[in-house]
Amino acid sequence: MPNDLWLSIGAILPIIVLAVWACLLLLVDLFIPAQRKGWTASLAAVGLLITLAVILSRLGQSQSGFGGMVMVDNFANFLSILLLASGLAAIALSHDYLQRTGIERGEYYVLLLFSISGMMLMGMASDLIMVFLALELLSIPLYVLAGIAVPRLNSEEAAIKYFLLGAFASGFLVYGTALVYGASGSTSIAKIVQVIQAGQHNLTLLLAGAGLILVGLGFKVAVAPFHMWTPDVYQGAPSSVTAFMAVGAKAAGFAALLRIFVLAFPVVSLDMTPVLWSVAALTMILGNFVAIAQKNIKRLLAYSSIAHAGYILMALTPYGQSNVSADSVASALFYLVAYALTNFAAWAVVIALEQADERGLELSDYAGLGRKQPALAAAMTVAMLSFTGVPPTLGFVGKFFLFRTVIEGGFIGLALIGVLTSLVSAYYYLRVVVIMYMQEGEPVVRRDGWLYATAFVSSIGVVALSIFAGPLIALASRAILNLF
Amino acid sequence: MVPIQYYTALSAILFTIGALGVLTRRNAIIVFMSVELMLNSANLVFVAFARSFQSINGQVFVFFVMAVAAAEVAVGLALIVAIFRSKHNINIDQINNLRG
Repeated sequence: MPNDLWLSIGAILPIIVLAVWACLLLLVDLFIPAQRKGWTASLAAVGLLITLAVILSRLGQSQSGFGGMVMVDNFANFLSILLLASGLAAIALSHDYLQRTGIERGEYYVLLLFSISGMMLMGMASDLIMVFLALELLSIPLYVLAGIAVPRLNSEEAAIKYFLLGAFASGFLVYGTALVYGASGSTSIAKIVQVIQAGQHNLTLLLAGAGLILVGLGFKVAVAPFHMWTPDVYQGAPSSVTAFMAVGAKAAGFAALLRIFVLAFPVVSLDMTPVLWSVAALTMILGNFVAIAQKNIKRLLAYSSIAHAGYILMALTPYGQSNVSADSVASALFYLVAYALTNFAAWAVVIALEQADERGLELSDYAGLGRKQPALAAAMTVAMLSFTGVPPTLGFVGKFFLFRTVIEGGFIGLALIGVLTSLVSAYYYLRVVVIMYMQEGEPVVRRDGWLYATAFVSSIGVVALSIFAGPLIALASRAILNLF
Repeated sequence: MVPIQYYTALSAILFTIGALGVLTRRNAIIVFMSVELMLNSANLVFVAFARSFQSINGQVFVFFVMAVAAAEVAVGLALIVAIFRSKHNINIDQINNLRG
């Protein structure tokens, strides 16, 4: 038995390293003077790099731990690497931004690390209770991060809205979990699968549980009609937090959705697929059409993130067909990478243009950027093209992969909605480009090396990886879910 | 022994009351209490099924849910206090600076 315990601890070693590092950083931060919080930022980045090294040293192995509560497979490792890279990008975006807006506190970086450990755990969780715990571990630090700019009213408002709706969503998730427990006698995905194969489950309870779990996680990844909090929270939270939240919370939420639905719930796919179909379609339509009316860049990106959640959910629709479900997982993961890179390129530019007291966030503030800062404007243009899905960007490859999966699953109507809403999205994405290059203006731009580096590395990555997409697609395709 | 259906029906009623409370009440504290009611209705399902399956798992999960709920209370009340300090009000209809 003790041997088992050590193996289990070994399985989640990256999370333990990260969490312990975060706890120590909280102590060390006490001795770092307020003007030198850059040290805390660097130490947090070192923690992420060490965790990354631990994961990279054990790639390819697949092990389960704690009686099947966590499963560290290729899928989990793929997500962990994506999340750690996002964390590094978030730290690069944060330091200068927090300093000049006067909200730099050491606990910011610690909370970021805790949240990332929760997200990583979410990718590994193969027990519904573990999903719940991981969800809370990632959410609670995010609630605080959204409100870290107290006493700025917008930030407080964002935090309280995120908190109340997040807790509401957890209620759905827990109740769904409880019903699945009632239906199958277990919360472990592996055991649920066994019970279903033996035909000893209660289908009504299982269906109700699956629906409630979809609602709970749907709130987290912001799909319509559970998206109401997204624009307000994205606008009110400090921009560096929003940039991270948009990627991290989405990736973690979809990780849990993919693992639970693909592995445990194919038996209810007859009823769940139409639900997923309509939720995905509604999300794409609503996100893209409402984004057209936005004047504030943060709100615009919020609605864009809702729309992209719809695209990713589209990949989940054919999850019940065993010959397509592997492609579902691969294309969703690939799109998450594309979304993460594009997102950080766009947010780096947004943060570079943001001024104190939340000025510089209107679309009209971008006028003249093309002449004054051609490089930054180019990065923003790449991001907007990638969000739209125009080649040669990663967004195009990602969407292509998604649509192929959906058509493989036989949902041509859904793919058509996806293509048409992408066309609609070109209107508001390209409007940003037009404002940058065609209108006269004097934008005020913050010069900071890390900000520029993030913008350029992500936008170059978006273009370069789309041309050499093969290895990334291969990696995503190998990131299959293991049951045992 | 009380049949399991009674417990699930009761918990479904509690869950619905909680969800309706979140959607209709405007005081942030009461909204938050309604969320707690939803979590506790799930706890009731867990305990009831754990008893009917004669398995300890469901009862252990209740502790997890309670612990997490306590952590949420800590953060949530701190946020509500912060917003009360700046607005002297916790009516969520009046927390509406952000709109587009």
